[in-house]
Amino acid sequence: MADDKTNAAAYWKANVRLIFGCLAVWAFVSYGCAILFRPLLAGILVGGTDLGFWFAQQGSILTFIVLIFFYAWRMNKLDEKFGLGE
Amino acid sequence: MSQFAINLLFVGASFALYIGIAIWARAGSTKDFYVAGGGVHPITNGMATAADWMSAASFISMAGLLASGGYANSSFLMGWTGGYVILAMLLAPYLRKFGKFTVPDFIGDRFYSNTARFVAIVCLIVASVTYVIGQMTGAGVAFSRFLEVSNTWGIWIAALIVFLYAVFGGMKGITYTQVAQYVVLIIAYTIPAVFIAMQLTGNPIPMFGMFSTHTESGVPLLAKLDEVVNALGFQDYTADVDNKLNMVLFTLSLMVGTAGLPHVIIRFFTVPKVADARWSAGWALVFIALLYLTAPAVGSMARLNLITTIYPEMSGQVENYEEALSNPIFYEDRPEWFRTWEDTGLITHNDLNNDGRIQFYNNAADFSDLGWEGNELEVNNDILVLANPEIANLPGWVIGLIAAGGIAAALSTAAGLLLAISSAISHDLIKTMINPKISEKGEMLAARISMGGAILLATYLGLNPPGFAAQTVALAFGIAGASLFPALMMGIFSKRMNSKGAIAGMLAGLVSTLLYIFTYLGWLFIPGTNMLANTPDNWILGISPLSFGAVGAMINFAVAFAVSSVTEEPPQEIQDLVESVRYPKGAGVAVDH
Repeated sequence: MADDKTNAAAYWKANVRLIFGCLAVWAFVSYGCAILFRPLLAGILVGGTDLGFWFAQQGSILTFIVLIFFYAWRMNKLDEKFGLGE
Repeated sequence: MSQFAINLLFVGASFALYIGIAIWARAGSTKDFYVAGGGVHPITNGMATAADWMSAASFISMAGLLASGGYANSSFLMGWTGGYVILAMLLAPYLRKFGKFTVPDFIGDRFYSNTARFVAIVCLIVASVTYVIGQMTGAGVAFSRFLEVSNTWGIWIAALIVFLYAVFGGMKGITYTQVAQYVVLIIAYTIPAVFIAMQLTGNPIPMFGMFSTHTESGVPLLAKLDEVVNALGFQDYTADVDNKLNMVLFTLSLMVGTAGLPHVIIRFFTVPKVADARWSAGWALVFIALLYLTAPAVGSMARLNLITTIYPEMSGQVENYEEALSNPIFYEDRPEWFRTWEDTGLITHNDLNNDGRIQFYNNAADFSDLGWEGNELEVNNDILVLANPEIANLPGWVIGLIAAGGIAAALSTAAGLLLAISSAISHDLIKTMINPKISEKGEMLAARISMGGAILLATYLGLNPPGFAAQTVALAFGIAGASLFPALMMGIFSKRMNSKGAIAGMLAGLVSTLLYIFTYLGWLFIPGTNMLANTPDNWILGISPLSFGAVGAMINFAVAFAVSSVTEEPPQEIQDLVESVRYPKGAGVAVDH
């Protein structure tokens, strides 16, 4: 029982760490690159405009998709590793 | 065949398909009715979620919003997609593991309180009803434009179709019609966009075309667009915004609002396993992105198309813009699509200086040296997508497709919302709170009657839109983000959160958000009752009422933790419940209770 509990706690900790990592990227591309840091990226040109504009209208959406699939894939590995999958 | 006959054929064929699905997918149990039996494949659910999510506003209005606002309106793109990242990581898998049917189910059980359940029911109903009115009016507009019936008839026809598959099929009928509706709407949206991208840039993929070279001028498309709008006195299309705090908060409000909207969350209760809920969120975003990555291309290209139609000399390589803009087209020479849409009143021309030409520019700019006396052209943003096939000279069947697509977008979202409303009434209010002894058959009947009632209410409100109908973004996203999202998240991630904390937090988030909105938009949105004018100077720290949902969510978290920390721990069985939703093992399919 105690082992089960430690195992479950370790699984949850790994999940929370993974979420933090993914949400850091999520915030970086949308709030960072697309909004707050846009003036800093103004020098990098993409198809007639700047990189920040690209992130605001396409880049962040593409990153979001990659993030969700990455998370789903990593969580499947964690489910298996800790024996907590279905 | 006349255009009317073609439109009728496309819309009629799509309706026949939806009704066919309704007959095939009848709900036999409450589990069928609420969660489609719990056996929907993650990719199928992703597609249904995309249709559930993309409303009449996404289909019709989004490209117009981007065309008129340029970069500043990117918040809609990021907000309405980024919400799926937090949904996939913070809510969907755990709520699927919890394994019941509705959002108030989780809030009521997790916070062991019928008060919490009731607050959740009220928030759900207000948010969903506000949202559904826009779908009914959107369907009415699409019907009246393409099928030459009155708005009123359009809304009644839409209500009848939804009634057929939602009342008999419940979530099961809705799921498979949403899949069909997604296919119809994405084809309808993409085909005209591909043609326009080809015409303007030679690149058939709109999202790439937007960032490539404008064929006629040899300049990158977005650079050309900036030059052109600039010459007419408008702000640059790609211009940055001054108030970054407001843009960040607005985007965040849309994201947490998206994640907290019950009609989206319940879609993830229909997949067989916890892992499927995660994959399904990814697939949903893929299907949503197909439209959301195309919309900015449609917006920018349609704006350029419109301007170069009025000022033909501006379309090629331009040395001197002042010269190029001095010869707008004569009103007599306006294109055919212009005439069609004038009939609807969505394009209006008023020849102020009586020169027979159309002057289209920003009134803030001064062109009096050219003899211009003001902007003469008003174009409603919503026509950009609907008029796209005509602007690009596409064949009549593409117009028929757009009609079917716009109606599909409105109906699919309406059905999802109506299911969220009716299950909150029949399951949470009647079965859990009022009469727990009700039989399976009785609950099924209650679910169908609530669905019928919800459809009648939505139809009535669609026919007589109240003042708050236009406030979907403020009201639905504000409430979902400030009240439901934090409660759901804390219920999963904090074992220590007790019922007093959660209830205080939900109410604090809800009340603060409503107060802020009503201060600027009027009490209950009644015109003239606002205490401060709704202008950026009056906003606290420049935060618009539409951006306040994120602040309301923070208030919710802060109050909940403060109250919870000075009151008792939740009982052991609740802490065990939180443990169990965190681990996929032992989920099984959604259980009856």
